[in-house]
Amino acid sequence: MFEVEVAEAAAGWGRSPTCQIRDLGRIGYAEAFELQRTLVEQRKRGEIADQLVFVEHPHVVTMGRNGHAENVLASPEVFERAGIEFHRTDRGGDVTYHGPGQIVGYPIFDLREWKRDVVAYVRGIEQVLIDTLRAFGIEGRRVEGATGVWTDQGKISAIGVHISRWVTSHGFALNVDTDLNYFRYIVPCGLTKPVTSMLVAGSTASRAEVIVELKRSFGRVFNRYMENL
Amino acid sequence: MIDVVMPQMGESIVEGTLTKWLKKAGEHVERDEPLFEISTDKVDTEIPSPSAGTLQEILVEEGKTVGINTIVGRIADGQGAPASPVPAAAQPPAPPAPAAPPQPQAASAPAPAPEAAIVEETAGPLSPLVRKMARENNIDLAQVKGTGVGGRITKLDLDNYLTQRSGAAPAAQPPASFAPPAPPPPPVAVQAPVNVPLPPPPAPPAPMSYGASTRIEPMSMMRQKIAEHMVFSKRTSAHVTTVHKVDMTRIAKLREKVKSQFQAQHGFGLTFLPFVLRATITALRQYPVLNASIDGTNIIYHRDINLGVAVALENGLIVPVIRNADEKNVVGLQRAVVDLAARARSRQLRSDEVQAGTFSVTNFGSFGSVFATPVINQPQVGILGVGSVDKEPVVVDDAIAIRSMCYLALTFDHRLIDGALADQFTGKVKSVLQEWAEEVM
Repeated sequence: MFEVEVAEAAAGWGRSPTCQIRDLGRIGYAEAFELQRTLVEQRKRGEIADQLVFVEHPHVVTMGRNGHAENVLASPEVFERAGIEFHRTDRGGDVTYHGPGQIVGYPIFDLREWKRDVVAYVRGIEQVLIDTLRAFGIEGRRVEGATGVWTDQGKISAIGVHISRWVTSHGFALNVDTDLNYFRYIVPCGLTKPVTSMLVAGSTASRAEVIVELKRSFGRVFNRYMENL
Repeated sequence: MIDVVMPQMGESIVEGTLTKWLKKAGEHVERDEPLFEISTDKVDTEIPSPSAGTLQEILVEEGKTVGINTIVGRIADGQGAPASPVPAAAQPPAPPAPAAPPQPQAASAPAPAPEAAIVEETAGPLSPLVRKMARENNIDLAQVKGTGVGGRITKLDLDNYLTQRSGAAPAAQPPASFAPPAPPPPPVAVQAPVNVPLPPPPAPPAPMSYGASTRIEPMSMMRQKIAEHMVFSKRTSAHVTTVHKVDMTRIAKLREKVKSQFQAQHGFGLTFLPFVLRATITALRQYPVLNASIDGTNIIYHRDINLGVAVALENGLIVPVIRNADEKNVVGLQRAVVDLAARARSRQLRSDEVQAGTFSVTNFGSFGSVFATPVINQPQVGILGVGSVDKEPVVVDDAIAIRSMCYLALTFDHRLIDGALADQFTGKVKSVLQEWAEEVM
């Protein structure tokens, strides 16, 4: 029997669609943004499968299309002195901070192949994060009217998405052992609620361990076969 | 004038916030060019224009939240009122009917953008209810006579229209799942006589209505290409399949003997496939007409033997090509198969690696199929299907023996190749495999 590699190649018949995973490690916001744009175009043309890109950004504050300038609490000079970049961007949501110790996930996902429902997609991302946190003994939950994932100590993960022709970009940011002091430069998502991290919630899980769990949860929630690139 | 409406971005979504117009009133916009952005629950979405033309009016300002299907703007198409109704951009393509041959539809119109606004050309504005009813029941509003103010179409008009439609033609709009299957492709009998009448060209897809229990999903680009190619091939070639039974015991033994050493030495496993490829190459050298193409009334003989090997992907299939396959031995062929299959899976094939094939092999045996009738990969004239290799009781010299048996199914284009030749070719593949003599692989 031709059981070896071609059979493997073909074993995908009827299997869940593939989602390919890339972990790019530390990468600048602008560079990651360009990469997302490229992947979105390729995804729209059907040249690539769904993608889940993991990155970690250097200190950066980003503001979504619906962002309010008053939620940025520091002047450009202060940002510059603190070594924080500032970007306006095209995702949904208000102002947020990304930095070391935070896992940023960018799913490039064609919703035509999954429910065609942007709200269900956001709820799905929340579920992925809740399931992941549970694996590390942290009880995450949704808060009505405030997209993201929350714990008793505050917001642990932020979500902001852009969609073009049903293909998603941007995504979520999960605070693993982020230095939460950087959030004082902004009003995260325009909400005057505290932010927290997995470390504060009592977990000492590493970035790599959390990514393994994120992949697993993502595959389960979105019914995707997760393939490492 | 074309209405641009707030699209529905999900089942539970009843409204959206228009966050930004990407065009100003009076500005020209291309069809499918991003026209405005909406926001729902931390998701920003670009909405493409349903039509080319001039953005005539902006009816909903930035920052306003409106219900779905609310008219947010109007586009003038620049050529006055169109004579015929603009096709409803939101009408989904027909889903593939199971068991029915794929119906060519890609040519008629590109798959509509999913988030394209709903466009209808009718007298007067329409209420969201009427739009919803029309969409759900797949009603062409140009066919409905409006009795409301100024000829406006009301719910009552649609009710009447639906009653009339179901009364006049009860079977005209069957739900997709109950649609009578289109005639199946005629069964291809082995050595079919040439005077089988050609099947009529497939009928254009009938309009279908969808019940709540269906799910509509546009085909991927790859799926559309495959569908197109399969029907094109069936229409082009006179497909006939001939099947030979091959005793693979000798190769099974050889493979068993060298398997672990092979894996250790080369880093990949040894399958039956490269042996079949090697035997096919030998037979193609002997019968070059199987390595040819038809161009009008000319026969194009290819000097190179470029073997296509079908690789199944999760959502489709691709046939990467081993160029100059006759220059490779069993090891080289196995290496090429491993490499091409792996790169096909990770979508890293170069475009020239799926072109210029002169003959193809497909090994459905890996899925347990004993034999199948493959479709020719145009413009080739033959494809060899390899069934599973199974141990079977076989009569050898009037005694029952256990042998590793396999069916080889050759589909050939009867326009160019006759049955006798096809069987000589397959017989050659068979004899090379049964009498495998190559010591060096």
